[in-house]
Amino acid sequence: MANIISPVELDPFEIIQEAFKGPDHPSITICGGTGCRVLGSEKLSEAFREEFDRQNIQATLDFDIKTTGCHGFCEQGPLVVIRPSGIMYAHVAAKDVPEIVERTIIGGKIIDRLLYMDPQSGEKIEHEQDVPFYQFQQRVILDLNGLIDPQKIEEYIAEGGYTALQTVLSTMPPEQVIDEIKASGLRGRGGAGFPTGYKWELCKNQPGDVKYIICNADEGDPGAYMDRSIMEGNPHRVLEGMIIGAYAIGAQTGYVYIRNEYPLAVKHLREAIAQAESNGFLGRNILKSGFDFSVGIKLGSGAFVCGEETALIASIEGRVGEPRPRPPFPAEKGLWGKPTNINNVKSWASVPIIITRGADWFANIGTGTSTGTMIFSLVGNINNTGLVEVPMGISLRDLIYNIGGGIPNGKEFKAAQIGGPSGGCIPAEHLDVHIDYESLSALGAIMGSGGLVVADEDVCMVDFARYFMTFTQEESCGKCVPCRVGTKAMLSTLERICNGEGKPGDVEYLIELGEEIKRASLCGLGQTAPNPVLSTIRYFRQEYEAHIIDETCPSKVCKGLITYSVIPENCTGCMVCLRDCPENAISGEKQKPHQIDVNLCTRCGMCKSVCKFDAIMVT
Amino acid sequence: MQKIISEINEIVQDEALGKGSIIPYFEEIQGRFRYLPPEALILVCEHLNIPLSQAYAVATFYHAFSLRPKGKHCMNICMGTACHVRGSPQLLDRLETKLGVKAGSTTRDKLFTLETVNCLGACALGPIVVIDGEYSGQMTPQKSDALLRRIMRSEEKEQRG
Amino acid sequence: MIHLTIDDKSIEATAGRTLLEACRENGIQIPTLCYHPALEPYGACRLCVVEIYKEEQSSRLVAACAYPCEEGLNVKTNSKAVQRNRRVVAELLLASGYDTPEIVALASEFGVKEARYKMPQADSCIICGLCVRACKEIVGISAISLINRGINKKVSPPFEETSPTCIGCGTCVLICPTGYIKLRDVFGSHSIYRYSSDYDRAQCRICSDLNMSSKFNQLIEGVTSDAASYGISGDQNG
Repeated sequence: MANIISPVELDPFEIIQEAFKGPDHPSITICGGTGCRVLGSEKLSEAFREEFDRQNIQATLDFDIKTTGCHGFCEQGPLVVIRPSGIMYAHVAAKDVPEIVERTIIGGKIIDRLLYMDPQSGEKIEHEQDVPFYQFQQRVILDLNGLIDPQKIEEYIAEGGYTALQTVLSTMPPEQVIDEIKASGLRGRGGAGFPTGYKWELCKNQPGDVKYIICNADEGDPGAYMDRSIMEGNPHRVLEGMIIGAYAIGAQTGYVYIRNEYPLAVKHLREAIAQAESNGFLGRNILKSGFDFSVGIKLGSGAFVCGEETALIASIEGRVGEPRPRPPFPAEKGLWGKPTNINNVKSWASVPIIITRGADWFANIGTGTSTGTMIFSLVGNINNTGLVEVPMGISLRDLIYNIGGGIPNGKEFKAAQIGGPSGGCIPAEHLDVHIDYESLSALGAIMGSGGLVVADEDVCMVDFARYFMTFTQEESCGKCVPCRVGTKAMLSTLERICNGEGKPGDVEYLIELGEEIKRASLCGLGQTAPNPVLSTIRYFRQEYEAHIIDETCPSKVCKGLITYSVIPENCTGCMVCLRDCPENAISGEKQKPHQIDVNLCTRCGMCKSVCKFDAIMVT
Repeated sequence: MQKIISEINEIVQDEALGKGSIIPYFEEIQGRFRYLPPEALILVCEHLNIPLSQAYAVATFYHAFSLRPKGKHCMNICMGTACHVRGSPQLLDRLETKLGVKAGSTTRDKLFTLETVNCLGACALGPIVVIDGEYSGQMTPQKSDALLRRIMRSEEKEQRG
Repeated sequence: MIHLTIDDKSIEATAGRTLLEACRENGIQIPTLCYHPALEPYGACRLCVVEIYKEEQSSRLVAACAYPCEEGLNVKTNSKAVQRNRRVVAELLLASGYDTPEIVALASEFGVKEARYKMPQADSCIICGLCVRACKEIVGISAISLINRGINKKVSPPFEETSPTCIGCGTCVLICPTGYIKLRDVFGSHSIYRYSSDYDRAQCRICSDLNMSSKFNQLIEGVTSDAASYGISGDQNG
């Protein structure tokens, strides 16, 4: 496709818009997000093409068959949506393709068994736009994720892509761009929520000709994959935002710092940069404006702490990812000592939208202090696992029940962890909180990057806190005393508690230590690492006390406090668990009830998972 | 040995890796050799004129780099939150027991390296194990047993030739 | 000049000064561990934290060694919050330093007698980084660095073998606050314990003292032997 034009001579918009058939052209969009790919969605586009060939219908039924970015409804993948009607099929396998072509594409009929069924109403839903999961969302940044092929710049352009850049370069001086971003109220979507427009202005006002911008795509929160999906599904939007930002700030070079654990996103980004360059959106004299800007990619090397701005800069400079004291902030003295502006993927992706739709439009979404939309990855014990984009201010209840479809297996909601290992949990009593930066902070959580993990009644909150502490302790860079030693001290205490070795005074120690670590640590990692512990103590102190004083784990999770035993009435003596036990802790004869030797048992749970007769009890 | 050194020299001379930092060189070498041979650190440092101590600090800081060769088959277990609540700790337990090594180590016969990895972002499919780059979702301890058996069988086949 | 308030006193500081420097210039004591006037501020030990108040914001703790003086800043160097924090940091240092006299003494200054959490093994190295930073910034050799991450961080030459580039100057020995790094003088040879190979002893060509490593001596060979130009008199011979 059209990559042979010389960008300086021809207007890329004209060429591309001519060549492209238009956004309402019939298409079969197949979700190509990592989750769906694992389930085999890559084979689907090939299968569709083969079927079209076999049926020889491409001439009469001119459908675009394309693999798009993540549709967001990961629980139902692989997803296929037929447009423009919006007929949505879930859990599609390659063997379903001939039937889809025959009955739906050619015959215009719906295949009932492939439809999504809403667990709450029991109804099958035919069209994507009627699915509650999507209905309650406001997909602004993710709008094109299910529509365009991320590997084709012309599709992005056909949907209006790069027109914001054109507007900016031809009609708006840098100061006006910054004013617009300020007026929109956009706050950093990496977690800290610092007003983006002001951040840009700080950098712009620094003296010096050499400046840098960086896109922080080092999304390290476990359970968060929004940034990855944006980079995989619509990398051009991020690039467009970066180019506009670089123009406003006065930077000539930009870098995308992206986790090496995201190979698909890296691939799509590389291709996008090459396409943007050959079409004149990157490089010298962009769109004949005289503005030069180029973008490079820097890969992360497996360190969560490199999501912190100064550690990220150290990593690009080839040093270990250790943060440094601030001030001076990167805006003043950043990459290679030059003024540098760093923003998260979602922040950059918001920029073209603000320019096109206007700051007022953006500011009207959300709450007064937290404008626009937020993207969450809804994961854990939730029916509708996936990526959701909602206006700021939505209630947690709506998010969990209307969009998330509630808790699976009839279990009760216990808590939602927002902000990952830096965040806190929101218990059921606060389900009606309206989610914005300030309201979450008041409850002891943080917005973070958007990871939202749902815990049901069976989750042990002490174990949950221990899990997060294990993560942050492992990821601590080790430079400063409070984080290096303090997180170890907290983790060690939590491990003792989970092992049944808790002592009175442990909870008070965790609180004291946690609060001082937060105040004393050098960087955001240490400053937020105690949050999951402090917040679970705040709302679930009784669980900690049960572990320490009563020596029980109410949720039957903590290995040191539970016992596995056989229920003789249910045991048929099939010997399956006996054979599978890794410690040979089970004894018994055929067709006689078995027994578990508690001294050998390591509580791994293997017997319970293989028993077909519900004969294993955990107390 | 000479072969390793000449290959590393090739990488070191690659202009495309830029001169800003050691890390792109390490990424390339780690990708090619599945670890960083000591010669790699020495040659890169000479080329970029930076102290060897800095290279060693970088090599030991980042989890993407290993100074010891990895096993033939790399098993990565996702320890993300969603996978955690769906049972990844039991999965890790099982694999550690079956392979006889703790996460982060390689089996004596150099066949398997078992590692944990931070969230891979395929949360709807948790728990996830990536083996030799291939993702396996909704893993259970039994399924992981089956996976290991499959690999061992193909290894035996290969050995018999 | 910048005007700020420290412990209710009006202080004037030249632009570019850190809070620690301003305090020292005005006789206000702040404990430090990883700070050294000849090295770039590091901000790792967190003992020098002070409480700062800026308009409209709640107070926070910052490392005085690195925080620049700002117009109108209100600083408290020994508030309750600061004292509480220093006690906890001292207790954390004691977690591995419980066998190290200097750390025990330091902790005792802040009223900490016992660490509630003890690391499995005592260790006199407190990862203050002074040795590594001095080797890099003052000596310019970077023979050692801080390797690994997190709680496993430690000082080491490359590959944890004796350093081929160490010159045995002993700067790291002098700057180490706990005596973890030792100079070994055995039978006329001179080495840094764990880090360097053995060097012969040589006589300093400037002051004639006999406690120099021959390798270091060679390094300064190119430097003029005219000691007077350095203002050093040969009479300082010990």
